Amino acid sequence: MAAFFGLFRRDLSLALRQGGDTGLVLGFFVLAVVLFPFGVGPETDILRRIGAGVVWVAALLAALLSLDRLFEADYQGGELDLLALSDLPLELAVLAKCAAHWVATGLPLALISPLLALLVDLGPAAIATLFASLLVGTPALSLIGSVAAALSLGARRQSVVLSLLVLPLYIPPLIFGAGAVEVSETGDGARAYLLVLGAISLAALAFCPWASAAALRQALE
Amino acid sequence: MINWLANPARFMRLSATTLRWCSWAAVVVITVGLFWSLVVAPPDYQQGDTVRIMYVHVPAAWMALSIYLFMAVASAVALVWRHPLAEVAARAAAPVGATFTFVCLATGSLWGRPMWGAWWVWDARLTSVLVLFFLYLGYVALVNAFDDPSRGGRAGAVLALVGVVNLPIIKFSVDWWNTLHQPASVMRVDGPSIAISMLAPLLIMAVGFTLLFAVLLMLRMRTALNERKAMALRLNAGVAAPRQAEHEGAVSAHTAIS
Repeated sequence: MAAFFGLFRRDLSLALRQGGDTGLVLGFFVLAVVLFPFGVGPETDILRRIGAGVVWVAALLAALLSLDRLFEADYQGGELDLLALSDLPLELAVLAKCAAHWVATGLPLALISPLLALLVDLGPAAIATLFASLLVGTPALSLIGSVAAALSLGARRQSVVLSLLVLPLYIPPLIFGAGAVEVSETGDGARAYLLVLGAISLAALAFCPWASAAALRQALE
Repeated sequence: MINWLANPARFMRLSATTLRWCSWAAVVVITVGLFWSLVVAPPDYQQGDTVRIMYVHVPAAWMALSIYLFMAVASAVALVWRHPLAEVAARAAAPVGATFTFVCLATGSLWGRPMWGAWWVWDARLTSVLVLFFLYLGYVALVNAFDDPSRGGRAGAVLALVGVVNLPIIKFSVDWWNTLHQPASVMRVDGPSIAISMLAPLLIMAVGFTLLFAVLLMLRMRTALNERKAMALRLNAGVAAPRQAEHEGAVSAHTAIS
């Protein structure tokens, strides 16, 4: 377990200290959301209607943006080979890296989302639900993304292949995440959506480390 | 059987005759099926002649799902037993499956326009089939994205297995969510709820599409194997094509770095 936490701490400090990766992701997130009022016009009715979806889509794209460096640097530098040889099972190593990725990107995205919700004029209930849905849903984004990132290691035009692979798989969290906020405006059905979103995250937690580790093994072969 | 087929030369011999028979069978069955479904079968009492779209749409949808399942099984065989032909088969099946998925989406759109009044609705069945289409495209993109073809094949195999989670979602989407798309009327526990005069041509078309898939699959696998052989011959003869030379250059540069 010491190796697991060591890897987690290493990845986290690299993400936080190296060139402000978290800052870049957050900057992209904010800018992407801010673009929409310019595109669809500043009427608050429209913005309130599409706001949750916009924030969620922007969060997906921001998470996608940071995925290519999940394994890439370690793959180029050879640390991944050492990880595969170490006593720590590769599945746990993937889990540690995903956890670090989530703390460095998913969690900040969720924390800053209430601010963006104000920009698109969401109500208090919707803001709370948006925050909760991102908090529950972003782990799935990191985990599902890790599979695609591992699969596309060493590919030509990696980032394009990566987005082609990962965006279709992001559709279920998007549907339930944005759906929860939409329902919370009208009644109290949001709980069901959040539970399904949590189920997706838990399923990803159970399944994705295995798939990512399998993909990494064949990449290192 | 699976080990016996692992020899590419044996596969080439076997598929040469099978391919001829399957091609003729596909032509005959699809012709009969189209004639039956477009001319003989009765129009629907509500939908009129529009229902004839079903005879292409539904078998295409079945093919879209079963080809993905075929790819997933072939990928599992390729990953577990390192079966040389399974990887070729999965790779060859992907564009065919993507095309069937596209046919399913396009005919569904044409059918939806007069029946639902919209070319496209975002209900669960349609969305999940669209995701299947993107999965096919992602698979093709990933498989072709590597300089080393076998690396692409292995990455694609893992992706195909990951994508299997989408299949039950597609199958049961009409039961889980209250969708505009109608629920299953052929593959039901209590027997099909569709009249025999419509079921017969539908099943004939399904058999025809399956034969067509078998023909295209064998054709593409034979082409892939021949291509591989041609490349090996060219490399042996020492007259590597410019593209190959470039690849080798990239590979040796990579080894030099690592």
